[in-house]
Amino acid sequence: MINNPIIIDGNHAAALIAHQTNEVIAIYPITPSSPMGELSDEWSSNGQKNLWNAIPEVIEMQSEGGAAGTVHGALQAGALTTTFTSSQGLLLMIPNMYKIAGELTPAVFHVAARSLAAQALSIFGDHSDVMAIRSTGFGMLSSNSVQEALDMALIAQAATLESRIPIVHFFDGFRTSHEVSKIESIPAESIRAMIDDDLVQQHRDRAMSPDHPVVRGTSQNPDVYFQARETVNPYYRKMPETVQSCMDRFAALSGRQYRLFEYVGSDDAENIIILMGSGCEAAHETVDHLLREGEKIGMLKVRLYRPFASETFLASIPQSVRRIAVLDRTKEPGADGEPLYKDVMTALADRAMREGGSMPLVTGGRYGLSSKEFTPAMIKGVFDELNGDQPKNHFTVGIRDDLTHTSLAWDDSFVTDANENVTRCLFYGLGSDGTVSANKNSIKIIGEETDLYTQGYFVYDSKKAGAVTVSHLRFGPDPIRSTYLIGDNEAEFVACHQPVFLERYAMLDKAAQNGVFLLNTQHGAESAWETLPDDVKLRIIEKNLRLYVIDAYQVAADSGMGRRINTVMQTCFFAISGILPKDEAIEKIKGAVEKTYGRKGRRIVERNFKAIDSALANLHEVAIPAESGSSTARKDNIPERASEFVKSVTLELIAERGNQLPVSLLPDDGTWPLGTGALEKRNLALQIPVWVEELCIHCGKCPFVCPHAAIRSKAFPADAAADSPESFKHVKIKGKEFPESTRISYQVAPEDCTGCGLCVEICPAKDKSQANRKALNMEPYTAPLREQERINWDYFLGLPEYDRTQVKWRTMKGSMLAQPLFEFSGACVGCGETPYVKLATQLFGDRMMIANATGCSSIYGGNLPTTPYTTNEDGRGPTWNNSLFEDNAEFGLGFRLAVDQHNAHARVLLEQLRDEAENKLDQELVQQILAADQSDEVGIHEQRQRVAALVEALKALDSPAARELLGVTDYLVKKSVWIVGGDGWAYDIGFGGLDHAMASGRDINILVLDTEVYSNTGGQASKATPLGAVAKFAASGKGSLKKDLSMIAMAYENVYVAHVAFGAKDMQTLRTFMEAEAYPGPSLIIAYSPCIAHGVDLKNNLKQQDLAIKSGHWQLFRFDPRLAEKGKNPLQLDSKEPSIPFNEFADTEIRFSMLRRTHPEQAEEFMRKSGEEARARFDHYKQLADIDYTNDAVLTELPEDK
Amino acid sequence: MDLSTQYLGLTLKNPLVPSASPLSRELDTVKRLEDAGASAIVMYSLFEEEIRTEDELFDTYLFNQDIGHAEADSYRPFPDNHGSIIDNYLAHLHQLKQALDIPVIASLNGVSSGGWADHAQEIQQTGADALELNIYYVAADIDESGESVEQRYIDTLQAVNCCLEIPLIVKMSPYFSSVANMVRRLESAGADGVSLFNRFYQPGIDLETLDVTPQLQLSRSSESLLAMRWIAMLHSKVDLTLAATGGIHNAGDVMRLLLAGADVTHLCATLLLNSPEYLETILDEMRQWMEEHEYASIEQLKGSVSQQHAADPAAYERANYIEVLRSM
Repeated sequence: MINNPIIIDGNHAAALIAHQTNEVIAIYPITPSSPMGELSDEWSSNGQKNLWNAIPEVIEMQSEGGAAGTVHGALQAGALTTTFTSSQGLLLMIPNMYKIAGELTPAVFHVAARSLAAQALSIFGDHSDVMAIRSTGFGMLSSNSVQEALDMALIAQAATLESRIPIVHFFDGFRTSHEVSKIESIPAESIRAMIDDDLVQQHRDRAMSPDHPVVRGTSQNPDVYFQARETVNPYYRKMPETVQSCMDRFAALSGRQYRLFEYVGSDDAENIIILMGSGCEAAHETVDHLLREGEKIGMLKVRLYRPFASETFLASIPQSVRRIAVLDRTKEPGADGEPLYKDVMTALADRAMREGGSMPLVTGGRYGLSSKEFTPAMIKGVFDELNGDQPKNHFTVGIRDDLTHTSLAWDDSFVTDANENVTRCLFYGLGSDGTVSANKNSIKIIGEETDLYTQGYFVYDSKKAGAVTVSHLRFGPDPIRSTYLIGDNEAEFVACHQPVFLERYAMLDKAAQNGVFLLNTQHGAESAWETLPDDVKLRIIEKNLRLYVIDAYQVAADSGMGRRINTVMQTCFFAISGILPKDEAIEKIKGAVEKTYGRKGRRIVERNFKAIDSALANLHEVAIPAESGSSTARKDNIPERASEFVKSVTLELIAERGNQLPVSLLPDDGTWPLGTGALEKRNLALQIPVWVEELCIHCGKCPFVCPHAAIRSKAFPADAAADSPESFKHVKIKGKEFPESTRISYQVAPEDCTGCGLCVEICPAKDKSQANRKALNMEPYTAPLREQERINWDYFLGLPEYDRTQVKWRTMKGSMLAQPLFEFSGACVGCGETPYVKLATQLFGDRMMIANATGCSSIYGGNLPTTPYTTNEDGRGPTWNNSLFEDNAEFGLGFRLAVDQHNAHARVLLEQLRDEAENKLDQELVQQILAADQSDEVGIHEQRQRVAALVEALKALDSPAARELLGVTDYLVKKSVWIVGGDGWAYDIGFGGLDHAMASGRDINILVLDTEVYSNTGGQASKATPLGAVAKFAASGKGSLKKDLSMIAMAYENVYVAHVAFGAKDMQTLRTFMEAEAYPGPSLIIAYSPCIAHGVDLKNNLKQQDLAIKSGHWQLFRFDPRLAEKGKNPLQLDSKEPSIPFNEFADTEIRFSMLRRTHPEQAEEFMRKSGEEARARFDHYKQLADIDYTNDAVLTELPEDK
Repeated sequence: MDLSTQYLGLTLKNPLVPSASPLSRELDTVKRLEDAGASAIVMYSLFEEEIRTEDELFDTYLFNQDIGHAEADSYRPFPDNHGSIIDNYLAHLHQLKQALDIPVIASLNGVSSGGWADHAQEIQQTGADALELNIYYVAADIDESGESVEQRYIDTLQAVNCCLEIPLIVKMSPYFSSVANMVRRLESAGADGVSLFNRFYQPGIDLETLDVTPQLQLSRSSESLLAMRWIAMLHSKVDLTLAATGGIHNAGDVMRLLLAGADVTHLCATLLLNSPEYLETILDEMRQWMEEHEYASIEQLKGSVSQQHAADPAAYERANYIEVLRSM
């Protein structure tokens, strides 16, 4: 029984305490800790106060480094200050952390612990980040569960004030930060009682103040630095005791007693394991189970990791212990053990040295990196290993390491009895169908209405379009310690919210015997059975499952809910599962709906009620035949052309079997092949475009705007298509620039199209007799259409690509004949960014090097299992890498320097060889290579041919210089360096580097995909966010103007700068990309990119861009320094003065219009100012563009000063 | 001279009531109308369509932001408290009630019964003196019978009226097979008045884009004759208030409608085209006409040329084609 229960996740729990016990909160968004900052911001903007009756100041900074600096400053000025972060963010804070600790400043940093970027980035949980700060002097306090995240946050706050040592309070990213759990809240008076105002005053008294001035942060010399560093020792020695006393005080208030090291197990245990973090919960559960089975084992939870209290640690372990396995959730390559293992070893060895006696046998191992599952079976595997003759040291558990054989075996069939009375439910839903929010709602209902403990954990997708979510819910009478996913044969309830998932996921493997399977299908109770795949039927019969079906889409549509099926499926869950009495559950669902939508959404409430009632009426149990009969089987789609690597790795990842891949199959340095995006075939569209060839005017606009490169044009000689399938469409191409017999086809990739409809939206060709019929029309994506177009697409791919040397690049029709080398990304349906990336790859992909800042573009660009980047028929294509969020411009500049260095080296060698081997190398060839004009496709093509000839010649030479040159000949052909990222990178965290890269004058192309907000982490404001737009951390509308990055860049005068918006003026975008790339210095393209964060339906992506231009929110222009050299004005305005009022644009986007509803007067003022600013900005650009640059007009002499 | 008239049980100082239009959006304009002599004001309509659109926006962009990606479950802040079209409407109503001495009639424009009852009650609580229910329904479904369209009106009326104490007037369209019978049915269903007639804005075609676009066409004076005929025929056959609306541009239009039997006349286009102060001119001209024709009060002349009292009652029923054509 829980007193005062609340149902929240770990982030929410930590933030609750942080917000109440601090005055200043400086943050920066990073997954998975962002919600802590967002909640704090929300609470402060709603006027929620802290213990001292003040509203904490929440400020979003430009980076975690910035946040840490601000925290340091606020602390030095005497404010109680906190921050929240993870992973790379924590790394950026390290320099300040040394300072804060060095100055003995009380503060708590709450960290949702996450992997660090090494061979790859990972947003998931482990201790790599917190382990990287253990030398900063911060205390480190670990929480293992949501309850602990709440409790330990408070204990940390109390302890830091008393000890003066700052603390990193950490809990596992996702597993704890995002697990929704029913926990006991801490009453306000207990929080009050834990925080000693005398200590707060002492902190304030130590603050810098001109009324009692001091200097800190001095520079010390060899004479005293060392001694001064040792002055803090008493504080660190005392701290463990202080933390324990805070824990004891907390226990007196709450009844929950914590210890620095907490032992669970038998008093006479011989084998124990030691670990910290959420894995402790699973270990606790496993140990409890094994104890019940009579084993003499135990486990130790480490809570206070720094300072490491050796004495207390030693005292916490029973004397009987003979063998210890220490588990670290991190990896230190090259070390002879991970940090916790070494601390344990040191403590034990130290005692053995001091006191004599034997050391227990201690092994160290790694587990759970990047949220890798850590199950009772694996924990049992560790105990089993300890029991063996020679327990393996430096082991891993949870993976199969066939490379260095570190991994332990485990028996998957081992489960604990902890879940015997627990109801376990699994839900497979679409990210956008509301399954997760409905499940969170169900947890709330069950948690609030019963005495049951609840747990909800959600497995998300790395795709944005058509993302799949799997919800793992547990309900039980006892505290739930199962910090692992619901496993095979465990789920009493499995729901499939999308029938197509049956083909993709072996979800019934998870179903428990005699469980329930709920399926959303359009087939009724009579016919549904026949439509199931064979393996599904088999499982249902084998496991004696009860099968329920509902046509949720129909019910939702009939209730006016569109495609939102969450309420329907939630109702079915309650109706079948019996966790609550049905009527009571229905009443509660309705209550929750009313609470959510309230008076303002009266009609939404009514629609939901209707959906709930008709869900019950349309839910049917299916009679299960004794035998499965025959039907469709689930099959893996293995493309013939795939490489061995792709077959054994990529396709396994796609098939959701990545967990089973052994170490040896994975690339050792994070290198992956291109062209894998095309393997996924996600079939997301409900409608796809169908080409009406006789109406088409071959304008090229549809492939241009397609965010997923799923519609293409190809021109080819008529005879190439002689054997085309009957349904394959192609017509004689319009335009004199093509040879007489040239045909053109516009072909959709049906299985890759997301159905956004932008191609139809842009299509200018209308049927004269039917205004709603265009040359492209969306049609229902039926099985026959899918099959027909799949065949056509395959055929289309086999047709020859159009000769790039013949393409008229300055025309849309021409340039769109080029093959995109960026296709089928996981970006949102209708994404506003990807058309730019795709365009760049069409124009320059075969010579492109991409440095990609972390963010949406790195996620849809490089998140496993696949990449959208691909190669042309010659095997050339963009080579791509993501370094970090903050360093992308520098990273890309590094590419340029290396390429230029290689090129210079090659030229030197070439000249040297020419002079040395006069008779052997073709002098003219060498001369042509050295003097080549590579400013266009023809030039590049010819240079490639010359270099190919050179390679042949060099091979024949067989001299050391020739061999050396052979290693760098590729660099004699132009390389196009692209630096790509979002506005969060360019305007905020990476601005310093961007500025420096531009100032370098080097030939780099910077593409800023400006969504005017941090899109990937969930819509936090950046300095690109416009005035008056609502964003996270700008809930009352951003109060300052959007930074004019282009103006800053233009100030350099040698940077090519442009503003583009592909949906407003496509030719300007095309021309800009070509000019920018051709410009031999730095180029900066700032690309307007509509985003779901704007609160618009992205099927209106193009319209929004048009409105943005017409209202003056966005201007189109190009600043080309080459023009100034010719005596012309370098700035060319490509858009006209604002022609519609600003609000005519703003009212169509929720990011602006919401403010009218939350802060109407402010909104009015912002609208007015934005309109004025749009006009003023245009006028300013216009004035600049009108300056006369001819020599005569240049003022050469200043009038004499009189 | 007594210009006062009875309207929905309220005594108005004259029969000139500006109708639901953008005129009532600005407090300043409404005050000018009051100063010019308006005897009451019908507020701009709370459109069901607008509320519905707003509901959709909230549903899509506030309550369902999740796309299922691990890094974010929302993309915009979720405001603790936010206003809405309904809130704004009620706030404006409150403001008008505070600032004006004349009655304020709120207006609901919609076709379905869902949610209206709640909004009507909120309007009543906020202090509206009466409620106009503007049922603006285009019966586009070829399978829907006239009977069921009529029933829709009755259902909507009853849904709103069931919880209302303030008077309720229905603004209806002329597109009924039997307008008079429909008025009687509305009366039986509880309407305190009817406003004749709603004008439907007709969409047009943009000749460049070939898009079907909404067109705003202001009424013409001649359009008031439609209301005049039906008011004349209904006068004294029903007990509810008869309000005339559509095409009332000058004192002549007003007088004709009053003579036919209207209790009030609603003005819109003429005030938009001229100015709020034009209402004063109409009042002056009305007084002048009454003086010239020796009428002492509106009550005296109201309905004096209705079908019941007209010299040639059949004139209202004749198709009139022949006479009109002959006169050309």
